[in-house]
Amino acid sequence: MLRLRQRGVLPGFRLTLGCALLYLSLIVLIPLAAAFVKASELSPWQFWHDLTTPRALAAFRLSFGAAFLAALANLFFGLLVAWVLARYQFWGKRVMDALVDLPFALPTLVAGITLATLFAQNGWIGRWLAPLGIKVVYTQLGVFVALLFIGLPFVVRTVQPVLEDLDLELEEAAASLGANRRQTFRRVILPSVRPALLTGFALAFARGVGEYGSVIFISSNLPGKTEIVPLLIVTKLEQFDYAGATAIAVVMLLASFALLLLINLFQWRSSRYHARI
Amino acid sequence: MKTFLTLVLASSLVAAAGAKQIKLLNVSYDPTRELYQEYNAAFAKYWKAKTGDDVVISESHGGSGKQAQSVINGLEADVVTLALAYDIDAIAQRAKLLPADWQKRLPDNSTPYTSTIVFLVRKGNPKHIQDWDDLVKPGVSVVTPNPKTSGGARWTFLAAWAYALEKNNHDEARARDFAARLYKNVPVLDSGARGSTITFVQHEVGDVLLAWENEAHLARKEFGADKFEIVTPSLSILAEPPVAVVDKTARRHGNEIVAQAYLEYLYSEQGQEIAAKNFYRPRNEKIAARYAANFAQLKLVTVDGEFGGWQKAQRKFFGDDGIFDRIYQP
Repeated sequence: MLRLRQRGVLPGFRLTLGCALLYLSLIVLIPLAAAFVKASELSPWQFWHDLTTPRALAAFRLSFGAAFLAALANLFFGLLVAWVLARYQFWGKRVMDALVDLPFALPTLVAGITLATLFAQNGWIGRWLAPLGIKVVYTQLGVFVALLFIGLPFVVRTVQPVLEDLDLELEEAAASLGANRRQTFRRVILPSVRPALLTGFALAFARGVGEYGSVIFISSNLPGKTEIVPLLIVTKLEQFDYAGATAIAVVMLLASFALLLLINLFQWRSSRYHARI
Repeated sequence: MKTFLTLVLASSLVAAAGAKQIKLLNVSYDPTRELYQEYNAAFAKYWKAKTGDDVVISESHGGSGKQAQSVINGLEADVVTLALAYDIDAIAQRAKLLPADWQKRLPDNSTPYTSTIVFLVRKGNPKHIQDWDDLVKPGVSVVTPNPKTSGGARWTFLAAWAYALEKNNHDEARARDFAARLYKNVPVLDSGARGSTITFVQHEVGDVLLAWENEAHLARKEFGADKFEIVTPSLSILAEPPVAVVDKTARRHGNEIVAQAYLEYLYSEQGQEIAAKNFYRPRNEKIAARYAANFAQLKLVTVDGEFGGWQKAQRKFFGDDGIFDRIYQP
């Protein structure tokens, strides 16, 4: 028999579960269901046709590709930033800590305009890149840069607390047992932060796929080249093609959900593996 | 609490006896901010003098298509003043808030002022851009928003098309080729008119910006007349941004009369003068003559005359798999 209930110290399982489900339904499930209903107005043929135009395919490739690469880059640099913040004391640390959250707080539109201005050919950064032949603004690279900016805090904020809680004694023990620094990092530190890293990656990735405001200012938005999926959706909405817009949105949702689920499964497996040893 | 309630009651009674406070919401598109700021103040004064009532007008601005959607989705607009008739048509068709023949209710196709599409070039016009032909030359970089997301850009596309037809004896294939070459020269498709202006003016991208006439004048005023020049092509489109009372919403608010008066006053000499001052072409000939220096003479075609109305034009050019989409298909 399926055991739904586990006795804990504190009562209130039914009540809290009920509230949680109700809240999730109202905030997440019902709007999503509405999207599915709207998309089902299209005939299957039309649905398929809308999604497989070269333009839509190119947009999907760009959105998922750039979000993946940006999340990957943030995985490394986010870990680095989190490490520095968790492990060292230095002058200006509080400021640096606060800076990390800035991409959360800044309206993405402002971020987009700022990045576009910085990386424009006459901008502070762009003018140094231009002679090297590197063009950021109005290219796919620009999309990547915007998503880097947006995604960073997700990784840092999920990994940092785990690193802070990490027992230094574990590392000392590893060292006293003869592990070198690399082994300590790979065998002791990395396994502990891996679930947090994966979560951070997943969050950054999911956010990147759906990001609109910051990207449209730094990308040239040319169909088939630098057009992202959310822009395609906005374009359809402007034509009052609600069903077509939601069809794309639904596919985006499903793909993101599948990836998040995959990452969660992976995480669950790795934590179970650790629970065993 | 009780005293508070009495106060509220008393004050509302006083208000009812004396001047009424009327609230009106005007949902408009992006570049009309400056125009309606000035106009609203003028109308409030006029209405106060005429009826003794105070009228407070709120404005909402954004891309024309997005604004229409908001109204369809329940934004309580008493009047809409949008970039193209197609967007008000959508409100009439989808939300049925006003009758389908709304455009016949006010003079001049319900458009009290018009505008057109002109070129903004950098000082000294280094690429010698005089007309649409110069835009398709190799090496010329053109900045214009995406017609799929911007009302102004749709007018621009149609203006270019009309020019190409005229030049090529109404040969559609050659017009198509012209449009394809034009958009090959566009390095960035911003989503709205303001975005394109920023790209051109602040990021210094492109040799020429295709812009609303009023937006071009405004950019010069804002960023320096010594930096930019306006070039008027030989032919362009008569852009008619229409206005309409949203009947059902206005009736529910009890604002029918004031909403109607608000739009009619746009046709008065004072309204026309405010439009002209904000670089919209006034319909009133007397005012137009007074501001003639701001508005170059050129041949203007209309959507109704050249393209058979917005419904047809939208489907043919900007719908899915329309002519604009096909430009970008490999």
